[in-house]
Amino acid sequence: MATYPQYLLDHYKNPRNCGMIRNPDFRAKENNIFCGDFVEISGTVKNKKIADIKFSGRGCVVSQAAASLITEFVKGKSLTRIERISIDDIIKLLGVTLSPTRKKCGELPLIALKKGLGITK
Amino acid sequence: MKKSQALKSVRKEFPILKTKTNGKPLVYLDSAATSQKPKAVLDTMQEFYENYNANIHRGVYAISEKATEQYENARGRVAEFIGAKDSSEIVFTSGTTQSVNLVAYTWGFANVKRGDNVVTTIMEHHSNFVPWLELCKKKGVQLRIALITKDGKIDLKEFYQLINRKTKLVVLTHVSNVLGTINPIERITKTLNAKPHTPARSPFRPSSSEARQGRLYPKIFIDGAQAVPHMLVNVQKLGCDFYVFSGHKMLAPTGVGVLWAKRELLEETPPFLTGGHMIREVTTRGAGWNDVPWKFEAGTAPIAEVIGLGAAIDYLTKIGMNTIRAYEECLTRYAMDKMKRIPGLVIYGPQNPRDRVGVISFTVEGAHPHDLATLLDEEGIAIRAGHHCAMPLHREALKIEASVRASFYIYNTKQEVDKLVRALAKVRRILGI
Repeated sequence: MATYPQYLLDHYKNPRNCGMIRNPDFRAKENNIFCGDFVEISGTVKNKKIADIKFSGRGCVVSQAAASLITEFVKGKSLTRIERISIDDIIKLLGVTLSPTRKKCGELPLIALKKGLGITK
Repeated sequence: MKKSQALKSVRKEFPILKTKTNGKPLVYLDSAATSQKPKAVLDTMQEFYENYNANIHRGVYAISEKATEQYENARGRVAEFIGAKDSSEIVFTSGTTQSVNLVAYTWGFANVKRGDNVVTTIMEHHSNFVPWLELCKKKGVQLRIALITKDGKIDLKEFYQLINRKTKLVVLTHVSNVLGTINPIERITKTLNAKPHTPARSPFRPSSSEARQGRLYPKIFIDGAQAVPHMLVNVQKLGCDFYVFSGHKMLAPTGVGVLWAKRELLEETPPFLTGGHMIREVTTRGAGWNDVPWKFEAGTAPIAEVIGLGAAIDYLTKIGMNTIRAYEECLTRYAMDKMKRIPGLVIYGPQNPRDRVGVISFTVEGAHPHDLATLLDEEGIAIRAGHHCAMPLHREALKIEASVRASFYIYNTKQEVDKLVRALAKVRRILGI
């Protein structure tokens, strides 16, 4: 089945960077109003780069795997680079095509991250 | 089974059922959201546009006269279909949502007053909940909400306790769009309207002094959107005061719905939208209203859609609503039996197919409803995931965020149920449950 490749399911079942950071520099939670799913991201920043990042959440394969992938992706990256991350980058990370409705699931952790860092579109 | 064979032959009359989705034959299990349309309905609408498209009630030329005749003829067929006293009790709207809003904003605003209350249930669709919530908020009136039993039925004891002499309106759905529950409307209206001399004396009967002051029994408003497509409905037998439903869930096109109310109620109710055709006379100082039902049909009506609804009713009548109900009950029983065997699968609502329609909402432990829907879509199976426009029911009664819903209609088959069950097993394997 093409929709959910094995590595995506692996990120869902064995999420990386799972949990909450104590005394974080930023923290934000985002809900999907359509299904009640959520992702909460917390992290620390050093020299304008992400030093550490963790997430917790509840939801579908797409939203939770995206959260796992995005935390791996942004660790060590500069805040200016993170500002440029778009939903298309997330889709590339996920390696799947998403219908317009499911895009909202994939975007959930990105919105939480940007909200936490005070980056608004 | 003879009946099921008779219904199987209807499949070929639905062009969309011959299509493929994601390379697989379409298995459409979302008829509670909207039904597919048979060729007879599509052809009827096409014929209108190609041969006698004209505005109604105004032109004196032949095709306008024909369009008017067909439009009003459909009204008559709707009246007959739901057992209304006469066709003047049938108001065409854009759908159930508009029908509910029409009553809330006209009858509701004129009659519900501070100190009154409105009683409803937790199983309502947002369209039969939010308009009443708004009405009550604006009027400073209490909205009392009855909960459900474990079996997904209205807790009748609690429901009756909520109703008192201050209750102006009782609002409930005939059939739940999530649980599939068929509510005992006739029993409820009989209890509420019980005459003083009957043994089952109604606790809601106004005292004689209240009756003298004009306090009346609560009016009963029924949302029939999920009932009319699937069973024989007779509004007079049901004993309610308002009954509303949509065309698009019963083989007709989108954009047309029905409000039925007792004629005297329609007559005393002020108009909703004002404009063309709903007037009797207009001067620079004011306007007088047209007779019912046209008083409520301002502007150009959805003519093709109404005529399409007429054709859909003909189609359903030809099969017979009792045959449809029997077939769907049989299919629902088959599906529930098979689905229950899947580990971790929970079906919400009444467990006896006799108490419900072919709407099966479920969850699978360890699988998110959205993932289930996406993975089933890969198999060509169209089902719905989410709260199905019933957030209070999901969160406050079922204590879940979302569910998956498979819903059937006359064109669905046992083979399609088998495909669903096989696909669910496959999804569990993929997700490693």
